[in-house]
Amino acid sequence: MPLEPHISYAADFAAALLDPARPAPSLVTGPNGKAAARRYDVYRNNVTVSLIAALAAIYPAVQRITGADFFRAMARFHLRETPPTSPLLFDYGRDFPAFIERYPHAQALPWLADVARIERAWLDAYHAADASPLPPAALAGIAPDQLAGLTLTPHPAVRIVRSPFSTVTIFAANRADGPVHRIDASAAEDALITRPEFDVVVRLLPPGGATFASELIAGRSLGDAAASALDETPDFDIAAGIAGLIDAGAFTSVLPGDAA
Amino acid sequence: MNAAIRPLTSAPMPRRYSLPIGGVAGTSFKHEHLPAILEDGPQRGFFEVHAENYMGAGGPPHRALETIRKDHPISLHGVCMSIGGPAPLDRAHLARFSGLVARYQPALVSEHLAWSTHETSFFNDLLPLPYTKATLDRVCDHVDEMQEAIRRPILLENPSTYVAFRESTMSETDFIRSVAARTGCGLLLDINNVFVSASNHGFSALDYLADFPLADVGEIHLAGHAAQADDEGELLLIDSHDGPVSDAVWKLYEIVVARRGAVPTLIEWDSQIPDWPVLRAEAAAAQAILDRHQAAGARHAA
Repeated sequence: MPLEPHISYAADFAAALLDPARPAPSLVTGPNGKAAARRYDVYRNNVTVSLIAALAAIYPAVQRITGADFFRAMARFHLRETPPTSPLLFDYGRDFPAFIERYPHAQALPWLADVARIERAWLDAYHAADASPLPPAALAGIAPDQLAGLTLTPHPAVRIVRSPFSTVTIFAANRADGPVHRIDASAAEDALITRPEFDVVVRLLPPGGATFASELIAGRSLGDAAASALDETPDFDIAAGIAGLIDAGAFTSVLPGDAA
Repeated sequence: MNAAIRPLTSAPMPRRYSLPIGGVAGTSFKHEHLPAILEDGPQRGFFEVHAENYMGAGGPPHRALETIRKDHPISLHGVCMSIGGPAPLDRAHLARFSGLVARYQPALVSEHLAWSTHETSFFNDLLPLPYTKATLDRVCDHVDEMQEAIRRPILLENPSTYVAFRESTMSETDFIRSVAARTGCGLLLDINNVFVSASNHGFSALDYLADFPLADVGEIHLAGHAAQADDEGELLLIDSHDGPVSDAVWKLYEIVVARRGAVPTLIEWDSQIPDWPVLRAEAAAAQAILDRHQAAGARHAA
């Protein structure tokens, strides 16, 4: 059904909300013929300020690193380019890390986008479905010849963020309240994000750990995941790796494989 | 089996009418207040939440709401349904909203006479609409659809506005009265919104309230506002929800309670949120007005 002319008010009203170069729409007015430009600006301001605040709430460490003025300017560019498409604001900002990566003024902070990726994963873990994680001794009763074939069900909150920079250290320092000392950003760090009960936890994975965890989360068998991790990192400790993931609450159930 | 008895499975959710919670005052529920509220012990009033904040799958938000709900009625206040927009309601959003109603069985359910989504963009603000016969039809369709989805009536909230539409052909009160009459919805009367709009558009808040269908009001909102300047440098009030209720709004509230009787009343405070005792004291001030009216009613009845 084509839109009737009298319902074009939303299109006319919306057109200038995120575009300060456009004049206020002519369909609105103040009382008794008073002008409506500054009145319309209240809506413009509400939209922009509230969406910047939404991004700041999702990305507090990014804001702490850049400072509020830098962050507001960067967020304003982003939201004009990519306004939210869902009324659920905790889902907003998925494109913000990629935007930061190509934002000209953030090029001196090449790790900033990966910090944002951890923060986005943090919020996804926060809102993920509740589920009981595996107990620490979950694999104790499994026969050794069945270990290689077993698979694990990932917890709804588990996320992996890989980075060629010291992103976990930078994230942790800037989500806390204390002073941030100089950090060498050059060591590659991979993050494991979990929420075993109600608190989101971000852990640093050992070398090889991200590949190992990612394959298990994707449903590959323990044997296959171990082979991939060893291929990448020959001294990867498989026993410590699986114990660490279970202890972190990365899985909810174990499915024994066939005997080897 | 008696053929006259229809199976209970004819509808996925039974149609419900909320249990009246009476003339009690409540506050917005802010998670940072939860420890202080629990330390205080159960409050007499209710807590209102923005529905969208609980549309995630799990985690701390649901745990907080389940905790507060054990001892208090909940008011579920939607802010994004775009009832006032020309586009069809978002079915996925409606399903999420229905799920929350079924899960938490709120005492009150409300939405706004406003819109916030156009095409694919969500603007995160309560945007205004013209008041015409065509928009009235559309709003009634949307209210019908929402009430059918959640299987109970909603309370529709009057907006605060900064602009008027040249194409409007009816007053806001006539528009709202017609929506209530045609859809059977109740009304959420936001007295701060009335005060803000009256100041911004140069009408009398008392005239507006005299014309408002008070009998349909099932909840009242009170909030603080801020002041800016309009294009002519004159006062423009902003519905900011960032401070205490103004004296003028308290006065209007007393007038409304005297005429309408005691209805659930919310102190709405959404930014620059104070410590819990400040919010609790605002609710106590509203409760005192409600109680004074209810005591006077009891004396009359005696």
